[in-house]
Amino acid sequence: MFSIERWQEIFDTLSKNKLRTILTGVSVASGIFILVILLGFSSGIENGVRSEFEQDATNKISIWTRRTTKGYKGLNPGRYIQLKNDDYSSISQNYDEHIEYESANYSLWGGQIVYKNESGNFRVQGVLPDYQFIENADIGSGRFINQSDVNEAKKVVVIGNKVKTDLFKGQNPIGKSVSIYGISFKVIGVYFDPGGEREESNVYMPLPTVQNAFHGDDNLRSMTFTVQMSNSFKEAVELSKNLSLTIENNLKEKHIVAPNDEAAIRVWNTLEEAKKIYSLIDTIKAVFWFIGIGTIIAGVVGVGNIMIIIVKERTKEIGIRKAVGARPNSIIGMILQEAIFVTMFSGLFGLIAGLTLLELVGPQVDSPFIKFPQVDFRTALTTVIVLVIAGAFAGFIPAYRAAKIKPIEALRDE
Amino acid sequence: MGSNSLHVLKGINFNVEEGEMVSIMGSSGSGKSTLLNILGILDEADSGSYTLDGVPIKNLNEKLAAKYRNEFLGFVFQSFNLVNYKSALDNVALPLYYKGLKRRERMDLALHYLDKVGLADWSHHLPSELSGGQKQRVAVARALVTDPKVLLADEPTGALDSTTSYEVMELIQSINDEGKTILIVTHETDISNMTKRIVNLKDGVIIDDNSVEQVRIKQHV
Repeated sequence: MFSIERWQEIFDTLSKNKLRTILTGVSVASGIFILVILLGFSSGIENGVRSEFEQDATNKISIWTRRTTKGYKGLNPGRYIQLKNDDYSSISQNYDEHIEYESANYSLWGGQIVYKNESGNFRVQGVLPDYQFIENADIGSGRFINQSDVNEAKKVVVIGNKVKTDLFKGQNPIGKSVSIYGISFKVIGVYFDPGGEREESNVYMPLPTVQNAFHGDDNLRSMTFTVQMSNSFKEAVELSKNLSLTIENNLKEKHIVAPNDEAAIRVWNTLEEAKKIYSLIDTIKAVFWFIGIGTIIAGVVGVGNIMIIIVKERTKEIGIRKAVGARPNSIIGMILQEAIFVTMFSGLFGLIAGLTLLELVGPQVDSPFIKFPQVDFRTALTTVIVLVIAGAFAGFIPAYRAAKIKPIEALRDE
Repeated sequence: MGSNSLHVLKGINFNVEEGEMVSIMGSSGSGKSTLLNILGILDEADSGSYTLDGVPIKNLNEKLAAKYRNEFLGFVFQSFNLVNYKSALDNVALPLYYKGLKRRERMDLALHYLDKVGLADWSHHLPSELSGGQKQRVAVARALVTDPKVLLADEPTGALDSTTSYEVMELIQSINDEGKTILIVTHETDISNMTKRIVNLKDGVIIDDNSVEQVRIKQHV
């Protein structure tokens, strides 16, 4: 197998049959090349779709409280459970690694908002900066509440598009003052929400501002967290179930609520939206797996076909070699070694060419649905090896048969 | 290969001494090619024995058969059977590759034999660039390069015109003159007359086996 003489003979054969060598090489290389590109773009599309829908796929956990319905440890039922700022900060710290966006919320049950002579009743909520992403609120003009608004409890508001049309009648609201219960606030932004008018009827202000201005102390009405997207829907379900359960248990313990009291502390998570996105990604994956396997099969059949034709074409040469004293094994070995060498070499060439192209073109692709097209190097290498083995196997059968034929029959073709 | 077997040879008994030049004659279907294949260890007889240079040729495995073919026998075919992508020199050197010689030795020896058949100047030509007579001479050089015991020629002039045929036969006669044992299968009387002994086959049996007065090519030219 490793004798220099054998390699010399093989290189001699390959170089004197340039057209055949090049055609075999090109077909193997292009097969691998196409496969690499295909795999690359399938991963690119998967990444793109994932990042495009990631925010919708995030699993939202909401926590709010009511009155207790059961007595526990000497406490009567009917007691109102009040969430506090430190409930929020302890959850925020404990589950930091899983949490993507987080916000505590203190809302007024209703508030009359006045701008000059116009007024309307809108829901006023104190929130934290992340709330923009939790609600998918798109800022139309100005900006959302930021951390410094929160730190300094600035008297600023972000109003929904409905509030703007009702109160400002087409004027630009940014920088204007509105008054709520006689306290004036500066409008810093207007947001839109794909949820429609109802969702655009909120007025957001920094949480501490609401708590200070409207005697909220350190009370919270609710808390909302989002959990990062997992690799699969199953993992996502598992994670959110565990998180909800531990958060609920911790809060119940802290607020002395009976473990079986379902009403007092509610932890709610929704995976409905997420399920759609996960199944979309699964479908994309399945489609590309199907195409990938199809391409490999086509490649295997193609390489096999070439090998069969090559051996057929060389039947006479095999007869001659046998007549001058070649052993059948040495003939089979020679043909296989040649086939493996050519497919391996051109396969790796196609692989490198494909990877280089992905490396060069990948970052230039400017489409929201294709991101970071890349191929797992090991997957690609495995594919090359599969093709080489398939080629060798496809070449082996006719080579074996040709080597078994009596030289006389191989030579008797004219 | 087929399922119905046919007995082609029905009892052949003959002996060739070293240095003889024998032609095997017969019409097509007489079994002469089958006999040559058995002698060339390309095929095996169903029964009977074959001894080559004192070695019984019987139940050989493929490996041993290949070794004997390589060392004991040289073949010349009607259709030349040169490897078409190899130069004349490489074709002649091919049996030496299977004998296990180093490249340097192979090339030297091959060139020597190519020179012997008068084609040293054509050593780097491909078979497609050679005439029929030249191709057959390359084939003869290839058959001789391993210094075999016997040279087996199957209709060596069958694809050549008569002038070229005589040139090739002249070469074969000169090889015989050097002491090489030669068997030629032919159906042409003028070719068989250039050998020293004619064996006539008909329907798988030898009908006659006579030494003849050899016609030397020189007389023709």
